[in-house]
Amino acid sequence: MATRAVITLPAAIKAGEPFEVRATVAHAMETGYRTGDDGARLPRDLVRRFECRLDGELVFSADLFAAVSANPYLAFWLRASKPGEISFTWRGDKGFEHRETRPLNFA
Amino acid sequence: MRAWLLLVVALVAHADERRSGRDTMSPALRTLQADDAQHPAQLALALGRELWREGARSCASCHGEPEKLRGAATRYPAWDHGLVDLPGRIQRCRVRHQGQLAWPPEAEPLLALTALVAQQSRGLPLTPPRGPELDAAAKRGRSLYMTRTGALNLSCAQCHDERASLRLGGSLIPQGHVDDYPVYRLEWQALGSLQRRLRGCLNGVRARVPEWDSAELLELETYLARRSAGMAMQPPGVRP
Repeated sequence: MATRAVITLPAAIKAGEPFEVRATVAHAMETGYRTGDDGARLPRDLVRRFECRLDGELVFSADLFAAVSANPYLAFWLRASKPGEISFTWRGDKGFEHRETRPLNFA
Repeated sequence: MRAWLLLVVALVAHADERRSGRDTMSPALRTLQADDAQHPAQLALALGRELWREGARSCASCHGEPEKLRGAATRYPAWDHGLVDLPGRIQRCRVRHQGQLAWPPEAEPLLALTALVAQQSRGLPLTPPRGPELDAAAKRGRSLYMTRTGALNLSCAQCHDERASLRLGGSLIPQGHVDDYPVYRLEWQALGSLQRRLRGCLNGVRARVPEWDSAELLELETYLARRSAGMAMQPPGVRP
């Protein structure tokens, strides 16, 4: 099944005014500390790094660890002066990588 | 006149007694459920929409847009050659009309489609159907609800009727209404069906846990739907 992400941006953004970005990605965030039904340790499988770029420039990033819930949800504020493209990247264990891009629509 | 007044007062008092689980949660959780941009089931709903139009004999090829199923989720469990709840109906559709293998219980795609269909009935009152078979099932469900079970020797009613709104450890005991299923339970970190909730409860009182889609679970679901009849649905719910 393809990886899914849900990203919420305001419908119209005003130049220079802060706006909220919300991003969720479907991921189990297995801690590596749990055991399965057979008693064997479930291998760690985490999203390690989240990056948000505005036209290629890094504007927000986060390092995620074992205490973060499944389907990690991040909400943060940005300010932009001109329309552009906003991209989101999640990277993690087992070669996990997911990318989403959205246009920034100005009012 | 006085009799009418008494009747009205009695009806109002009765209406006030039932509280949905979503109204007794913390304000933070209520916001989480009320705001679609924060709702943790959004990923599942997105998957549901994807699956809705997947394949040659997709859900969309018969039912059209999911929005056309507004109200469908209010009418379960139903009787159709046996008791069937909403996930059960989706499984039957998949096997009979799409010619696919049934999903295992609580499979992610099954919950996603259930959530998508249930979401269309937001704001509508639960109207479980009637009928001789359903009445009999609800009756058996009610006796299951009232019967003490498990090593802790507790019935559903002892917690969810007699001790509702008190606390079990730190957690509030809800009245056990079924108006928001499937729910995204934060403890599960996933969507789950009403059957999962019931099995969890039975496991909690250390009773024998019935099989998925067993007669006991479906009868309990039938009774619970009638117990919550008339309450407005807001699925998918969020629960602690």
